[in-house]
Amino acid sequence: MAEDIQQKLEKYRTAPFDARFPNQNQTRNCWQNYLDYHRCQKALDAKGVDTAPCDWYKSVYKSLCPLSWIEKWDTQREDGTFPGKI
Amino acid sequence: MAHPTQLGFQDAASPVMEELLHFHDHALMIVLLISTLVLYIITAMVSTKLTNKYILDSQEIEIVWTILPAVILVLIALPSLRILYLMDEINDPHLTIKAMGHQWYWSYEYTDYENLGFDSYMIPTQDLTPGQFRLLETDHRMVVPMESPVRVLVSAEDVLHSWAVPSLGVKMDAVPGRLNQTAFIASRPGVFYGQCSEICGANHSFMPIVVEAVPLEHFENWSSLMLEDA
Repeated sequence: MAEDIQQKLEKYRTAPFDARFPNQNQTRNCWQNYLDYHRCQKALDAKGVDTAPCDWYKSVYKSLCPLSWIEKWDTQREDGTFPGKI
Repeated sequence: MAHPTQLGFQDAASPVMEELLHFHDHALMIVLLISTLVLYIITAMVSTKLTNKYILDSQEIEIVWTILPAVILVLIALPSLRILYLMDEINDPHLTIKAMGHQWYWSYEYTDYENLGFDSYMIPTQDLTPGQFRLLETDHRMVVPMESPVRVLVSAEDVLHSWAVPSLGVKMDAVPGRLNQTAFIASRPGVFYGQCSEICGANHSFMPIVVEAVPLEHFENWSSLMLEDA
């Protein structure tokens, strides 16, 4: 499983088509992957397991989300004002 | 780019734009034929001494001029829908670029591998070198590899803007807080110009878009150089 993730990450070009977000508005795609990465990190950290599988979500949100949005959300998480549930 | 007194579209630089161009030729031909026919009939009616005394019951012509327009509309609708669905196909992009609209410039982010971001300001008229185009050139161009599907995510940091490049057949509104996706393939290397297409304040006419399509190796060299400069 871990090797598959590694392979997927090595062959990563850009965020692939996600059938959950097939249309023009990709806002939710960016938001969801950002949430999924941080939730994955939190969950695997809590279990004390290697968080490498979470890197897929990180690659995707880095491809999709504008840098200003990522900075804003990172700051909000540090301040405790992040609107999403992680 | 557009040239003075131009009436038609700019040369197509993407497969979608080629389709749109041919469809426009088809639809315009139909429109011109119908208009010519109508104009001819009007002049014929106006310049005849004959009058029609039998003004009731013309079943045959009524049937013809009901069925024929329906057929013509179908002949327009079928290619139109074909292109609509073609544009909607699921594509597998090789590259994602974010185009962010600001007052009054665009910024481009290439973040698939490293965090490459830069602003793209219009070159003021007094700073143009000979051969450059007024109100269209920018200091940094959005460079893309040719013949590769590129996904562009368009958004804005302040007010509404719109990212448009006519020769690629692309226009997408830039809405703050929203990520609008569009895609294109540059079928040939070249430089393609566009302008902001949503009123956004005093310098709305002065925030152009320049896309430069180059072979992949050139794109890779350019992105390494841009990363070093940043």
